[in-house]
Amino acid sequence: MIADPIAAPKTVRPGRASRAERLASVSQRHGALTMLVLAVIAASVTFDSFATAENLAGIAIQSSFLAVIALGMTFVIIGGGIDLSVGAVFALAGVLAAFGSRWGPVTALLLPLAAGALIGLVHGVLIARTGLAPFIVTLAGLLAARGLMLALTTEGADTPLVPRGSGFLELGRGVVLGLGVPVWIAIVLSGLGTVLLHRTRYGQFLFAVGGNEDAASLMGVPVARVKITTYALSGLLAALAGTLNAARLGSGVTILGVGMELDVIAAVVIGGTLLVGGAGAVGGTVCGVLILGVIQNVVNQIGTLTSSVQSVVSGAFLVVAVVAQTYLSRAGRAR
Amino acid sequence: MTTDTARPPASRRIALPRVVQNYGVYAAVLALLAYNAVFTPHFLDGANLRTQLVQAAPIVIVALGMALVIGSEGIDLSVGSVMALAAAIIPLYLGFGVWPAVIMALVAGMAAGLFNGTLVAVVGLQPIVATLALLVAGRGLALVFAGGQLKQLHNPDLLALGDGDLAGVPVIVLAAAALTLVTAVLVGRTTYGRRLVAVGGNRSAAALAGLPVRRILITAYVLCGLFAAVAGVFATARLTASDPSAIGNLAELSAITAVVVGGTPLTGGRIRVLGTVAGALVMQLVRATLIKHDLPDSAAQMTQAAIILLAVYIARERRTR
Amino acid sequence: MSDLAPLLDAGGVTKRFPGVLALDGVDLSLTPGRVHALVGENGAGKSTLIKILSGAYRADAGEIVHDGHPVAFARPLDARAAGISTIYQEVNLIPLMSVARNLFLGREPRRLGLLDLRRMNREAERVLAGYGVHVDVTRPLGTIGLGARQMVALARAVAEDAKLLIMDEPTSSLEPREVETLFSVVASLTAKGMAVLYVSHRLEELYRLCETVTVLRDGRVVHTGPLAGLDRLALVAHMLGRELDQVREEGTTRFGEHRDHTGPPLMRAEGLTKRHVLRGVGLTVRAGEVTGLGGLLGAGRSETAKAIVGALPLDSGTVTVDGRRVRRLSPAAAIRAGMALLPEDRKAEGIVPDLSVRENILLAAMPRVSRFGFVSRKRQDRIVATFMKRLRIKAAGPEQKVGELSGGNQQKVLLARWLCLNPRLLLLDEPTRGIDVGAKAEVQALIDELAADGLAVVLISSDLEELVEGADRIVVLRAGAVVTELEGDDVDEPAVMAALAEAEPWKEDRDDD
Repeated sequence: MIADPIAAPKTVRPGRASRAERLASVSQRHGALTMLVLAVIAASVTFDSFATAENLAGIAIQSSFLAVIALGMTFVIIGGGIDLSVGAVFALAGVLAAFGSRWGPVTALLLPLAAGALIGLVHGVLIARTGLAPFIVTLAGLLAARGLMLALTTEGADTPLVPRGSGFLELGRGVVLGLGVPVWIAIVLSGLGTVLLHRTRYGQFLFAVGGNEDAASLMGVPVARVKITTYALSGLLAALAGTLNAARLGSGVTILGVGMELDVIAAVVIGGTLLVGGAGAVGGTVCGVLILGVIQNVVNQIGTLTSSVQSVVSGAFLVVAVVAQTYLSRAGRAR
Repeated sequence: MTTDTARPPASRRIALPRVVQNYGVYAAVLALLAYNAVFTPHFLDGANLRTQLVQAAPIVIVALGMALVIGSEGIDLSVGSVMALAAAIIPLYLGFGVWPAVIMALVAGMAAGLFNGTLVAVVGLQPIVATLALLVAGRGLALVFAGGQLKQLHNPDLLALGDGDLAGVPVIVLAAAALTLVTAVLVGRTTYGRRLVAVGGNRSAAALAGLPVRRILITAYVLCGLFAAVAGVFATARLTASDPSAIGNLAELSAITAVVVGGTPLTGGRIRVLGTVAGALVMQLVRATLIKHDLPDSAAQMTQAAIILLAVYIARERRTR
Repeated sequence: MSDLAPLLDAGGVTKRFPGVLALDGVDLSLTPGRVHALVGENGAGKSTLIKILSGAYRADAGEIVHDGHPVAFARPLDARAAGISTIYQEVNLIPLMSVARNLFLGREPRRLGLLDLRRMNREAERVLAGYGVHVDVTRPLGTIGLGARQMVALARAVAEDAKLLIMDEPTSSLEPREVETLFSVVASLTAKGMAVLYVSHRLEELYRLCETVTVLRDGRVVHTGPLAGLDRLALVAHMLGRELDQVREEGTTRFGEHRDHTGPPLMRAEGLTKRHVLRGVGLTVRAGEVTGLGGLLGAGRSETAKAIVGALPLDSGTVTVDGRRVRRLSPAAAIRAGMALLPEDRKAEGIVPDLSVRENILLAAMPRVSRFGFVSRKRQDRIVATFMKRLRIKAAGPEQKVGELSGGNQQKVLLARWLCLNPRLLLLDEPTRGIDVGAKAEVQALIDELAADGLAVVLISSDLEELVEGADRIVVLRAGAVVTELEGDDVDEPAVMAALAEAEPWKEDRDDD
């Protein structure tokens, strides 16, 4: 008797779409939105100053940077991976942007974007070609990016400034129709991201790779290329967020971004994207980001509490969202 | 019937001799010591060695707990936040004496571990996600307990923990050594330890053999939380202040690095206790070498990144999947 | 029926894995417009052959001529490009993605560079309707029935201009209605000139659908020829390697005489039911008796064994040991009740490769050899030494890592694991699979010895001779239900083969929610 050396995976038993399954998919799609709406309503009712245009615009702009990064992270997670380096890339990009703004707004934009894309590219190549765990590879990337940033700023002592009056500042501080430019950029990118995810072949490939990588490979999906592109995209978007932030602040602050990747992951997970890959939506991530933004704003409104409460609430949201996701998806696969 | 999905052919791998895999990390420690003995003045002085050990000790402690969890094919991202929690809790009970305060801090660590372990073993969440929650919320929780402030501590017993000596050896180093011994015995000689390794090595086989898999997993996370709390207590004592916003910062990264560099595979099934200690020493020595030679923090970070990648890449060859 | 030139001609295909010769000089010829059956028991090499044809593996030797040119596919993509499409049993598609997206992955209709979703969904509906599948194509693939999923895979293959379709156990989970649809689709495909390689162990289907058959056994082709005129029993005989009319002088197993057993049952399992897997299976075993579980692939033998020891969650059913019902059936409870299972897949569910022989043997018995939570080396060493000697486990010592041992010795280590618990009932699932002849004989002799000592044994084996010689009585399963029990003089190969070869029952009850 000959045993096939490669162990067979378990056979999936089919089920009919039960009510639980349908409820599960609906909740997954709209759960984050529901949570957001409830949160907004609760906040508006509790705080007079919440539902003002000014406050809402403030939430929007605060959230816009996270939203841009989270967009990239959504793609990475849908593809079955993870990117722990985004916070470090964010900070590095800010420094590079401020640094490059000396030579004009174009350099200020291109330099960090190129760096971010390059870092992402390296991640993608390592992950796709050597099979090392994304967790470890992007962890190393986090350290390397931070190290690079420190090297460029004399160990964090320098804070490169954007020259006053530079056109670059408009990118971060400009206001169009009552909303900041970063907000518009986030909105446009989210829209483009949705199209990319659901209306292009690349998006389909991404879902396939995250859903069942072996099957995808057999179906002819260029798995390595998809992964490399996705990580490059994530690096690019994290860099863009950092650039916009530098434009807004007018400088490249070096202490930023520490732990940011966790907020990003939390937002994506709360938004309904499955951490195992294969399912997710940009809209959900946007809701997740906004929920975190609302939490932060509410905490500020209360005033006496600190940002620490904010992280406690965020963590709690995360647990509830993920546990709910798990049980719902299990019900969805009811035998 | 083996009608499984076809796997794309594995990438070519360079086979490394077993010796390198198993003992590479010890060789690295010796090499670093030798290098510094030659090129760094006063490196082998008693005072400097003492400093190195004292600085490495908290990471060793956290890494030991992390090794247990990684051995079960899991991970715990919340250890840094648990350290902060421990730091925050101490001042609340210091009025009753140093030991009640320490005990409460340890209880908090175990509670955190229980929370993580339940999410992983009972709810079935992936360890990354499960421990992510505490990572995000734990530090905040700690700050809430601490009222958001740094508190200077003056309790002499507590401070003695930080910089006191016992028979000429710093207390913290003794604690790290003791915990190393305990962990080694736990992993090598107790029923629990062997079962933990079995669960990490082949969970289905362990379940079929009647092992209480859930209980074993939860206990691993509880122990990890406990060890992190111990490290938090010592860090607080050394700092002579309870600073939940700073204590344990990036500790999870250092711990994971130490475990990985020390040769414990992320895929579980094998726990190398001494290797973990050596891994922590390697990272400490690397940092010290760079500092002593006036190389900046940035270089340290980048070196750390390279070392992690190298260590994981080497360790990966071991498993033929 | 005109005789066309073969589309694919494989000659002398050989494939080796470390320690195993999976395929040994296999010849296979596939003609357009014909359905060719490929049969063989588990481990015969069918799966490996399919993987080579579809480009997932590369042959070590032999030649494959496709459409007149010799080919060597480097990866699945190349085989697909050449027009060879494979549909695997568990349907290798993406469960979380919608039906339409799965159907069109990589070939999505586009408009102005973006996916035309409406057209994609419309097309998908139309295409699938042609296969008799009417589902909401926007639903995730994982939520539609396996039959429909198979059709999606089939439709995908056809749409990619496949010339050769390889179907691996396509009907093993299908309802009769879905099977009929599949057959009519295959018929229309062959009418259009597609060549089909059909792998299945369901003989009834093979006779309905296929014109020719190739039988593999132990990696070699033992028979190739037309199906018409080949007696069913003769086909089964080929698969299992037995010549019916061959006189046999002595068996090659080490089993002794059969025993007759009276006395109260030691274990009684009743009404074991699990949707799609087991249908009211009942089993009774007595001390000192070896009960064989016979059946072809997919019959539910391993599942029955797992269910008895609580490793398979059941919808309903009870297990009673010594008259006492085992509550909260779980592996730990089963062990406490004196039952032990040696699983079929020792790699996935048996050995812990990085642990030593000693620790693998004592994995289940650890609490019994520990004192105050500490492992007692002395006790351990004694037990390990006893079993290493008794089972003749060949290792560099009890500390050697089990992953380094040969298959036969690994199996013995696993046996020792259960034996040192002193069980009253031992369930063995393919205990001699994949191990060398010498170890095989030792294991068989051991089973005999254990039964003589009073142990109750349940033996699952695809080796018919082993089953017949080793078991005192045989319970034959098919499609998750018991179909017959053979005792005493009825336990011989012809009787078992007759039971295996009978037509499948199509009256499967469907309990929907």
